Amino acid sequence: MSASKKVHVTTTINGEDIDFLCEPRHSLLEVLRDNLGLTGSKEGCNNGNCGACTVLLNGRPVDSCLVLGAEVEGAEIETVEGIACNSNLHPVQECFLEGAALQCGICTPGFMVASKALLEKDPHASEETIRFDLSGNLCRCTGYDKIVRAVQAAGQKMSTEV
Amino acid sequence: MPTVFIPAPLRELSGGTQSVVLEARNVREIVYRLDAMFPGFKDRICIDGNISPSLQVSIDSVMTSKGMIAKVQPHSEVHFIPAIGGG
Amino acid sequence: MTTTQYRVIGTRPVRHDGADKVTGKAIYTADTKLPGMLAGFVLRSPHAHAKIISIDTSEAEATPGVHAVISNADFPNVEDKIADLGEGSVNLSYLSANCMAQKKVLYRGHAVAAVAATDVHIAEEAARKIKVEYEVLDSVTWVLDAMEENAPLLHEDLVTDSLGEKADKPSNVPVHLHFEKGDAATAFKEADVIVEREFKTATVHQGYIEPHAVVADYNEDGRLRIWTATQGSFTCRQQTAEILQIPLGNVLVTPCEIGGGFGGKITVYLEPTAALLSKKSGRPVRIAMTRADVFEASGPTPGSFMRVKLGAKNDGTLIAGEAWLAYDAGAYPGGMIGPGCMCVFSCYDIDHAIVDGYDVCLNKPKTSAYRAPGATQVAFATEQLVDEIAQKLGMCELEIREKNAVKEGSRRVDGPVYPPIGLVECLDALKQSEHWNTPLEGANQGRGIAAGFWFGCGLKSSAACTVNSDGTINLLEGSTDIGGSRTAIAMQLAEVLGLEANDINPQVGDTDTAGYTDVTGGSRVTFATGMAAYEAGRDLQQQMRTLAADLWDCSTDDITIGEDGVFSGNGKAVGFKALAVELFAAGEHLVGRATVAPECPTNGFGAQIADVEVDPETGKVTVLRYTTIQDAGKAIHPSYVEGQLQGGTVQGIGWALNEEYFYRDDDTMANASFLDYRMPTMLDVPMIDTIIVETGNPEHPYGVRGVGETPIVPPPAALANAIYNATDTRMTELPMSPPKLWKAMQSDQASE
Repeated sequence: MSASKKVHVTTTINGEDIDFLCEPRHSLLEVLRDNLGLTGSKEGCNNGNCGACTVLLNGRPVDSCLVLGAEVEGAEIETVEGIACNSNLHPVQECFLEGAALQCGICTPGFMVASKALLEKDPHASEETIRFDLSGNLCRCTGYDKIVRAVQAAGQKMSTEV
Repeated sequence: MPTVFIPAPLRELSGGTQSVVLEARNVREIVYRLDAMFPGFKDRICIDGNISPSLQVSIDSVMTSKGMIAKVQPHSEVHFIPAIGGG
Repeated sequence: MTTTQYRVIGTRPVRHDGADKVTGKAIYTADTKLPGMLAGFVLRSPHAHAKIISIDTSEAEATPGVHAVISNADFPNVEDKIADLGEGSVNLSYLSANCMAQKKVLYRGHAVAAVAATDVHIAEEAARKIKVEYEVLDSVTWVLDAMEENAPLLHEDLVTDSLGEKADKPSNVPVHLHFEKGDAATAFKEADVIVEREFKTATVHQGYIEPHAVVADYNEDGRLRIWTATQGSFTCRQQTAEILQIPLGNVLVTPCEIGGGFGGKITVYLEPTAALLSKKSGRPVRIAMTRADVFEASGPTPGSFMRVKLGAKNDGTLIAGEAWLAYDAGAYPGGMIGPGCMCVFSCYDIDHAIVDGYDVCLNKPKTSAYRAPGATQVAFATEQLVDEIAQKLGMCELEIREKNAVKEGSRRVDGPVYPPIGLVECLDALKQSEHWNTPLEGANQGRGIAAGFWFGCGLKSSAACTVNSDGTINLLEGSTDIGGSRTAIAMQLAEVLGLEANDINPQVGDTDTAGYTDVTGGSRVTFATGMAAYEAGRDLQQQMRTLAADLWDCSTDDITIGEDGVFSGNGKAVGFKALAVELFAAGEHLVGRATVAPECPTNGFGAQIADVEVDPETGKVTVLRYTTIQDAGKAIHPSYVEGQLQGGTVQGIGWALNEEYFYRDDDTMANASFLDYRMPTMLDVPMIDTIIVETGNPEHPYGVRGVGETPIVPPPAALANAIYNATDTRMTELPMSPPKLWKAMQSDQASE
């Protein structure tokens, strides 16, 4: 079976109009990483169980390994690369660093995206809500304690900065 | 003179003796002297003239990687134990 | 306890690589792209045990887009040579055969061939066209079954070695270890109370989120360049060079940022295969394992069978111990039975003990270390028996541990005597803790405690520092950073020189640029590489002292260096930066260097408290509250020490409550995905409170003890003890997952 004819997709990624060619079988994660050089989103499992590939698709956190590249025609996508504003880190990024909420860092991009989405919806999210909403992001290094605290701290920062 | 502990599986060679005090300046001298006292000792502990890679020598609770040339002090305590690392 | 006040040590600066990690800029191996790079795919055995009759790669080779196909024929013959990997030794022919099966496949997932093509999908499709003819053999995946006389034999020439004495016929047991201290048989006769139980633990995986990956570029000049996710660039280089039978100096290993290791990224799996594909195709090749491959074909940690017995006097003194341990080695010899034997009684001063341990080959992937390798299993056994004895004697479980805790001078069953250690201090901290002093009174709730130990290695590390013209420093070291260690190392250099942490630019070098450095593992990096950085700083200071003497027109002996790094002499007092700038302007440039090989283990002890609630209808365990206490000697960066404690604890909680390899009847793994190999999510655990005890390690300039591994040791035991206190059901099998716990509770109720 040879490669299928490629599909032309037009989308917006981190606020920029981007178009690309991909095979129908390519996931959005593959497109981001291999076609577009946006390697911030990571592959941990390729079947939607670890969250390391989390991106926002029209504002909604999704595992990009479960989305086809061809599916995102006309969509708005946000990846970890779009979270900082010019050279300024987003509160979620700052709080993870100040709170030492990462060790190896491989799950961190997924947490950045998922946390940002959660806190924009609910900056005062309780510990229970944070743990529930982010339970799709696996971390094997930190034991989650500092991640939860960092998300709480970021929420506070975001609500005072508004 | 250092005290050398005989590993439990080799006490069949030492007639049950658990430790021996003997004159030695380094691990090589210990191994050779023990082999003289308990024939066959060296062949159990060494491969190709060096301490077996599955073993480490503990001298005063410090795990030396120097094998046969590791020095011992007059009151050292020496053990042959499994090599350990970590993860 | 250490009481010295430091300027930098003990503070919590933001890590140097932080911005890269939170922005997605950090480059991990699978992010690496080289011009012309091909994608590799490894074909793996579907069978747990089979002879390879033939391999026909012709159809794969003819597939458009395919540039190279390799199999066992491409791997050079490697003798039965033992190589020292710096953290244990390995038989190279086994290591090579594990990377690419030779005559037999020994586990489902064992590599048999590989393809490099223009993209990974083409490579996979082509690989599936490779025709492998197998003769399927009987297989075995439980230790006791593998030890039976008529068990399927994995290696025809493998005989049991009992410290140099070889058995006369082959078996699946490469090693039998035996330890004796005192006279256990007599001591048991004198015991007032004896408890003995059998325990089983299932295979578990380190579960790092980043799958193994490698990029190999076999250059036209004969140099092999490798980018990889490894805990040890130098051991990776050595293993790869030895397997490929090429000169060590021809191999350059560049460690990329690494997404977790925990002991599972020390052995090479993909490097030789990627190298050979690159050589054959003339192009760089990248291979990444799938998640299923990671479970089935990397290095999970041993499952085990244990029979442990303890004897005590009525006053609670433990006087006798006996242990019979059989640990999975996986497909090839070299499991974790050694440390298992050494750790089974390592927390308690028991005068008489006898331990037998067996390394057992079976049809599972070759085992690897998982944090404190071999220690978690035995702690699950011993810490429960200690609780049982306490209960029989009407003693508090903390009191019996305090009474018998090892201290300086206590002798371990394998022989060495402990230097100054901190278990007593940890138990004391437990006793004073708010957690311990808060009553737990709800229905179906219980509290459990457990102690734990890991040796903590020294091994070799090197560091070099170049002083910039502004007095800041570039620090080059060779410890791949899996948790923020480059900052802890930089902090130690900053402390000795009187600088701030961000005056140092730490960098992890590759095997061409960094001085020889052993693995990131064994809880050694902050200790040993930190020590190397400290010594490199001292080297710099001595050079500057000599140069300052010329500048200040006095003798070197007239110049002293204070604890704050200030150089004083001939009426002047100048800090490091100012002096460095002055020297630079005077035409002097500075490079400091050091290499260290500390040999004393750092002896990391800890204790943990777990509060649980058990749902009697389902057997589900909710962890209500958890505290981890550990002796860090001296916490360089407390946040990252806390992080090690919390991370290791939660891995241990997963090991205790849900993680296991499920095997089908054909001995293939049924749950090779994150969905069904169920690791803790953040919904499964509470906050993990930590208490850092600092007893000060006399062998380190700042008192550091390694902390990374010990936290994984106590949790299964602490949770088992808590579950017992909640339900009166004693769990002797891991994991204590809901179906197993529920069944055990039902069975206990039925027999009441």
